Amino acid sequence: MSIRFTFGGDEHIFGEVSEEMSLEAFFTSLSMTNAVKAAGIRGVTEICPANASFQVKFDPDRIKPGDLLKELQSMEAAAATSDASLKTRIMEIPVLYQDPWTHETLMRFRERHQDPSKTDLEYAAEVNGLGTVENFVQAHSSQPWFVSMVGFVAGLPFLYQMVERKRQLQVPKYLRPRTDTPKLTIGHGGCFSCIYSVRGAGGYQMFGVTPMPIYDPTQQVSYLTEEMCLFRPGDIVKWKPVTRDEYDAAIEAVDANRYEPVIRPATFSLAEFNKDMAGTNAKLMEALNGR
Amino acid sequence: MAVNVITPGLSTTVQDLGRPGYYHLGIPISGGMDRFALRVANMLVGNEEGAAVLEAVFLGPELEFTAPATVAVCGGDLPPKLNGEERPGWEAFPVKAGDRLSFGFLKAGARAYIAVSGGIDVPVKLGSRSTYTLGALGGHEGRALKAGDSLPLGKGGSGMGSVPPALRRGPGNPAELRMLPGLYWHRITAEAGKRFFADTWKVAPEADRIGYRFKGGTALDFVPREQPFGAGSNPSNIVDACYPYGSIQVPGGTEPIVLHRDAVSGGGYMMLGCVISADMDLIGQLQPHSPARFVEVTMDQALAARHDRQAALQRVRDHLGK
Repeated sequence: MSIRFTFGGDEHIFGEVSEEMSLEAFFTSLSMTNAVKAAGIRGVTEICPANASFQVKFDPDRIKPGDLLKELQSMEAAAATSDASLKTRIMEIPVLYQDPWTHETLMRFRERHQDPSKTDLEYAAEVNGLGTVENFVQAHSSQPWFVSMVGFVAGLPFLYQMVERKRQLQVPKYLRPRTDTPKLTIGHGGCFSCIYSVRGAGGYQMFGVTPMPIYDPTQQVSYLTEEMCLFRPGDIVKWKPVTRDEYDAAIEAVDANRYEPVIRPATFSLAEFNKDMAGTNAKLMEALNGR
Repeated sequence: MAVNVITPGLSTTVQDLGRPGYYHLGIPISGGMDRFALRVANMLVGNEEGAAVLEAVFLGPELEFTAPATVAVCGGDLPPKLNGEERPGWEAFPVKAGDRLSFGFLKAGARAYIAVSGGIDVPVKLGSRSTYTLGALGGHEGRALKAGDSLPLGKGGSGMGSVPPALRRGPGNPAELRMLPGLYWHRITAEAGKRFFADTWKVAPEADRIGYRFKGGTALDFVPREQPFGAGSNPSNIVDACYPYGSIQVPGGTEPIVLHRDAVSGGGYMMLGCVISADMDLIGQLQPHSPARFVEVTMDQALAARHDRQAALQRVRDHLGK
């Protein structure tokens, strides 16, 4: 993989590792951004890894665009051969699939959808050849997901499913984006799932909601007092389908600020994952469940 | 020492020079959209250039002062009125306790920067007082002002003087937004690229701190390809990537959107390149329906334009004896 570098105006360099998504491309992007961070290059003001690309913002009064480009290019070879492994975290995110709030919202925006006669989940089940919503929820929640980017809005994770490409769930985005999405909606577009951290516009299909806050600008939520945003690239997520009663109980705990998310340390090696996906995922589940 | 909000205007927010360093988490830089005007307003009242001010858009607020201060309003031509009497923009004037500042109808531009000596002293969040409304972060309670709000003022600062029209900066008509092609420019045909620069666009009603949408130009033709895995099926889709500030995305190939200070940090639409840093201020002064053209420049021209903008600011400093 050779990185395609291009300038974004006079203040950004954009590096496209690959046109298509893969964990290999993600890890190259992450090693590049880690290397840029470690190099402490003068004039660099923002370092942003993304799914299969990355971006560096700089002050051209402090470093010439061409000089920064050369520095980045000199790091490319090392990034490509770096050991794609991580000390990371696995976390369980409770999801109320087919909840009333995303249902109300998706009904309001039916005319922007590919198939107005179906709900987003029914449509997703059909286009993935899974037949029923139950089968789709099973496929969505049975294997872990990898946070390959954080952004769009504050703290929103993009998640990539940790299964063979042919088994990955893919769903087109809405034909025209909605102007509204409930806060903490679980969405899906292309091959990515996401959690909408705040209420607002969105184009991803809506599957459910989580009771668990993932962004808190007031830093009051017990597990968000240090960082406003829960997710970092490289985190691993397991969706846990919950009932309405379980969801309501979790909301009650969140409101009383005694909700305790399940977050455990984990390690991930891309080479091991590619050799044995089922085995790697099983080990991650053991790390999550403390067995 | 405070400023009380009698009426809030359309969407008045506290802004300074922004909050760099958190874009990788999806938290944008925010800050004044027209930073030239923001800096000049601060200079006029004797503040640090990056002190927090009020950014008013289209319709001004009505404010009441609880103590004597110096005020200046720069940017779009939104005429300030002190106790009902019109005052010039781009000029410092004193206010007393109990005075009311209101605004006439907008005559030109889009945003006015209201600087008060001492600066708006809301809490600093992640290194800035700027308001990021989508994320409910910074400013006054993370939102646009409401009637009844009371904003604390900092200490110090006093100034005087004015900035003549020749030293001000604003967009032309049509606005000419200089743009460096790049990013995913290769995805459109050469003919589509020519038309993009030849067309005169109009600012769409969807124009805010996140981004400005333009319409009325020719839809883009894409170079045919098989869409890469994970990108989505529309030819304007890419695997979700970072969005630079000033980047021009074209969802569906129809209406370009230029991302601004409250940008969404990433997403799945191809971008044609970026409006250069020197011209970002100008976008903040465009009203819906106003005409604009995109003008192709090279990196060297972009850097020269950046230096010209800095020189224009320096002329204001020299004029005011800063």
